[in-house]
Amino acid sequence: MRISVQWLQEWLQIDETPEDLGHRLTMAGLELDALEAAAPAFSGVRVGHVVAVEPHPDADRLRVCRVEAGEAEPLTIVCGAPNVHEGMLAPVAVVGAVLPGDFRIKRSKLRGVGSEGMLCSARELGLAEDAEGLMSLPTTLEAGQDLREALGLDDTILEVDLTPNRADCLGMRGIARECSALLDRPLHAPIMQTMDVASDARVSVNIEDPEACPLYAARVLEGLDAKAATPLWMTERLRRAGVRPLSAIVDVTNYVMLELGQPLHAFDAAHTGDRIQVRQGDQGESLTLLGGDQTVKLSPQDLVIAGDDGPLALAGVMGGAASAVGDTTTRVVLECAHFAPRALAGRARAHGLHTDASHRFERGVDPSLVPQAMERASQLLLDICGGQCGPVEQVGETPASHAEQAIILRPDRVQRLLGITLEASEIERILRALDCRIETSQGGWWVHAPRARFDLEREEDLIEELARVHGYDALPQTLPKPVAPATPESGLRSLRNGLARQGFHEVISFSFIARDAASAFYPDVEPLALANPISSDLAVMRPGLWPGLVTTAAYNQARQQSDLRLFEHGLRFVPDASGLRQEPRLAGLLGGRAAPEAWEGEAKKVDFFDAKGVVEGLCERVAGPLGFRAERHPALHDGQSARVLVDGQPIGWVGRLHPALCERFDVEPVYLFDLNAAAVVRAPVAQFTPLSPYPSIRRDLALVVADSVAAGDVLEAIDELDLDLLQDVRLFDVYQGKGLNPEEKSLALGLILRAFDRTLGEQDVAGITDAVVQHLQARFNATLRQ
Amino acid sequence: MPSLFCFGNTKRGACKAAAPECGPLPCRRIEGRGGPYQSGEVVEQLQQLVAEAREGVEGATDLKALDEVRVHYLGKKGALTAQLKELGKLPAEERPAAGQKVNEAKTEVAGLIEARKEALAQSALAEQLAGEQVDVTLPGRRQAEGALHPITQTLERIETFFAGLGFRVAEGPEVEDDFHNFEALNIPEHHPARAMHDTFYFDAHRVLRTHTSPVQIRTMEQERPPLRVIAPGRVYRCDSDLTHSPMFHQVEGLCVDTDITFADLRGVLSAFLQAFFDRDDLATRFRPSYFPFTEPSAEVDIQCVHCGGDGCRVCSHTGWLEVMGCGMVHPNVLGHVGIDAEQYTGFAFGLGVERMAMLRHGVNDLRLFFDNDIRFIGQFGQTG
Repeated sequence: MRISVQWLQEWLQIDETPEDLGHRLTMAGLELDALEAAAPAFSGVRVGHVVAVEPHPDADRLRVCRVEAGEAEPLTIVCGAPNVHEGMLAPVAVVGAVLPGDFRIKRSKLRGVGSEGMLCSARELGLAEDAEGLMSLPTTLEAGQDLREALGLDDTILEVDLTPNRADCLGMRGIARECSALLDRPLHAPIMQTMDVASDARVSVNIEDPEACPLYAARVLEGLDAKAATPLWMTERLRRAGVRPLSAIVDVTNYVMLELGQPLHAFDAAHTGDRIQVRQGDQGESLTLLGGDQTVKLSPQDLVIAGDDGPLALAGVMGGAASAVGDTTTRVVLECAHFAPRALAGRARAHGLHTDASHRFERGVDPSLVPQAMERASQLLLDICGGQCGPVEQVGETPASHAEQAIILRPDRVQRLLGITLEASEIERILRALDCRIETSQGGWWVHAPRARFDLEREEDLIEELARVHGYDALPQTLPKPVAPATPESGLRSLRNGLARQGFHEVISFSFIARDAASAFYPDVEPLALANPISSDLAVMRPGLWPGLVTTAAYNQARQQSDLRLFEHGLRFVPDASGLRQEPRLAGLLGGRAAPEAWEGEAKKVDFFDAKGVVEGLCERVAGPLGFRAERHPALHDGQSARVLVDGQPIGWVGRLHPALCERFDVEPVYLFDLNAAAVVRAPVAQFTPLSPYPSIRRDLALVVADSVAAGDVLEAIDELDLDLLQDVRLFDVYQGKGLNPEEKSLALGLILRAFDRTLGEQDVAGITDAVVQHLQARFNATLRQ
Repeated sequence: MPSLFCFGNTKRGACKAAAPECGPLPCRRIEGRGGPYQSGEVVEQLQQLVAEAREGVEGATDLKALDEVRVHYLGKKGALTAQLKELGKLPAEERPAAGQKVNEAKTEVAGLIEARKEALAQSALAEQLAGEQVDVTLPGRRQAEGALHPITQTLERIETFFAGLGFRVAEGPEVEDDFHNFEALNIPEHHPARAMHDTFYFDAHRVLRTHTSPVQIRTMEQERPPLRVIAPGRVYRCDSDLTHSPMFHQVEGLCVDTDITFADLRGVLSAFLQAFFDRDDLATRFRPSYFPFTEPSAEVDIQCVHCGGDGCRVCSHTGWLEVMGCGMVHPNVLGHVGIDAEQYTGFAFGLGVERMAMLRHGVNDLRLFFDNDIRFIGQFGQTG
């Protein structure tokens, strides 16, 4: 909402600077967005009266004008504007004038003819973006007047951001009411007349949907001169409010909307017929909108204003092109109606429209404005365009309002919500200033909010008004009573920090990804798709975190950063029979060198076991024994892919990105892991186990098994023996080659033995070793290597 | 190079005595010369032996050669040991004195050997140290450094502050239903505030949450006051340009009890903002605003942390930065979850984590957070 301070001053006295007024509004919830001068700085520009226009002796396009500008003699001014003509009034910059952009006007010669100034266009004065020819001034002005004074250009416009609850401030009347409350100054509304009915021209109105349109008023005005010029004061106010002046009739409807907040529409009565219907749109109907550029298809969800020949307007949004007023219009049907916010909500948007009218109706317009706005617009139209008005045809009723319900306001509730005791007199002052009616009652007040304030429905709303006008920053600051601190989550934090210490960078990638990326990594999942994605790259909810990590790796590799360790924590979205699973995952990626580049020579590249080692580290606190099982995943290398198991239950994957995906996503080889965060993010309290005071003994065994035997199975088999004295088993070498059959391999195991009650002897060692060897012999046909 | 050393500096015989490759020392037994053994002779011979031993010791360039010298003179069959055996040939009255001389000679030789041993050990150590010298200016060997994402660090900072005031972290789904994201928060279907939210939706009932406020509702559905929770997490709006990301992070907070006031809200948020920006004197201001789920509602501005309030590009020359939205929980919201709004009052607040991180760390482009360039993330490795 753009507020001209000059216009506002018509409603109440403003002593504050525009900056101070803006600050006051901001601190009351009407946030000042910008301050703007009504016109840029210029000086020495007067109202000029062109008394003579003669051709230039030496140039076809130039004219030599004689311009009265308050000097003893008319000035001679050479002018190239096509629209210059005898008798017109136009701004003239006299010698010594300074125009916007610090452009100084000097005496000059144009093609041999002296010029004592410059006739100006609106653009040259910074009053319009573009202009054709000179700015034509109303003939009511006097030649020689300072233009700034004549047009009241020393005005400031406050551009204020309104929250959706303050629809009442979408008109000067509401802004003025607000300022009056904030500045504690009386309001003096301009006088508005009721018009005499001088014609019996009328239309009938039928409302088919009274819920959507509870009140509709229409009146016929005849004998109008549509070409009449809109008075300067009005075009200036429109311009300053950001509305382009068009023609007198349209300007008046816009002006009344800006003044009172009530949108109106004028139809050319030659195209309406004499029966107005307010009804739902019919399927198959369409309407070409004002301007003629857009035709909307209507449906029963739309509310339309229709004549005998079909829809005339999209109710409360925009009129149709066919019934638009034009230069030849002499009779209009002036519409002033109330449309319910609920009926209009989303309708303009559904057609890609957003108009001044729809903006107001969606937020709520005070229905009691209908008769007042009708009279105001009639008055202005007749003043400007002449003619006479017929009777108002008003159908429906002013809808019931919350305003008729009194709201209780209790001082103790004020205290409980704000933490401050406001004086009763202050409370009453504020409420009255806001146009509330109040009755004192036992334990508080009964308050009737003004109709325009749709947002004042209950006690809390009134308390906000008190706080707002009183000033939020005038309220105290306290702390709630102290309670014990909460314990911050520690499981995830420690895993994240651990990863960072191992060289991992944490990334945050979008939760939505391209559909083809989802199906490339997770062909078995039909991902949850957005109905209104922002682009096809962000179209479906990710079924896993790998596409984001791989894309991030490619992004970094393309920037010469190929030693990568990345991880992300976030949800994956997997639709299944029972609905949608939104599961937190902890996933990571490793690529490039296993250790930073150093001066000792080329470091080895990361491989499967680096990734697996990270997973083992992350799984230190899982609830059961950790296992890995070779298993294929569509996104992973067939031979380097494993399920991560806890207690035999799958909790994730680790493996190498499938070479086909490497190529597709343009990444160098990388290794991935993905874990169910709930399984690994645990923070159990460490429990002490006693330490043995006795030394341990290590016994190394080299066992030959078939190549097909998985090392993990061998270790698990030893574990199954559940030998008390066997503290640990270390696999320290895997050998294939010379000395063994090609289909065999040798596993070197270090058995660590220790007892809690004694130093172990050779007998103990032999017993354990034999048990292990025999068991492995039985299970895997293992033999001791000779 | 012991041999070179000894050839150049010692007499040939001594060299042979000391250097292993020179072979055993010539045996200089004190043989009788036909006459009876004389103590004077003993002394003379001892002096000669000691002198020879000294030569041998000095010529020994390693521990092995030195040990051969020791064996040659002091061993069981050594030259000095032999002298003791010869004592019996002396007249009884001369024996003690001669014995003493022999022992003195032995002690002297042993001392020489010990000293040489020490010297050899010293030089061996020196040689070892010289050989093990490194170029200390070569770069140290380190593990690659990683870092938490600055958004995570900012979230942790916020969580830590509120934990101190008893606010626990609560979480909820990101694909939300219409009820929790809108209805229960007093945003009915045709409310203009819905249009402001630029919602991503899946179907008529499911949306990507546009704020973490639904977590408030889910918390209050399950728990009764007193409540103090914050809900950090990802949120989504269908909007993408220089200053808007379709996904970003919010922290919502909720405090409900029998005696919570707007003054408490002001106190808590002012303290938080001062702590977050490490500035005890950070000015804050509360402006009335509108949110469907709070009444009264406010927006919180801080004095611009970039220019200190003088006005700059960051604060659009206002001197103030809008950082939070907040208010007293709307009675309709409490009503939706069955909490008696007459008995309980509460406040709620919300903030954009990216904005807070940008202000704190001077990040000037929102998109950097989601490009995930490790050069960017790495800048937040050692700091908080």
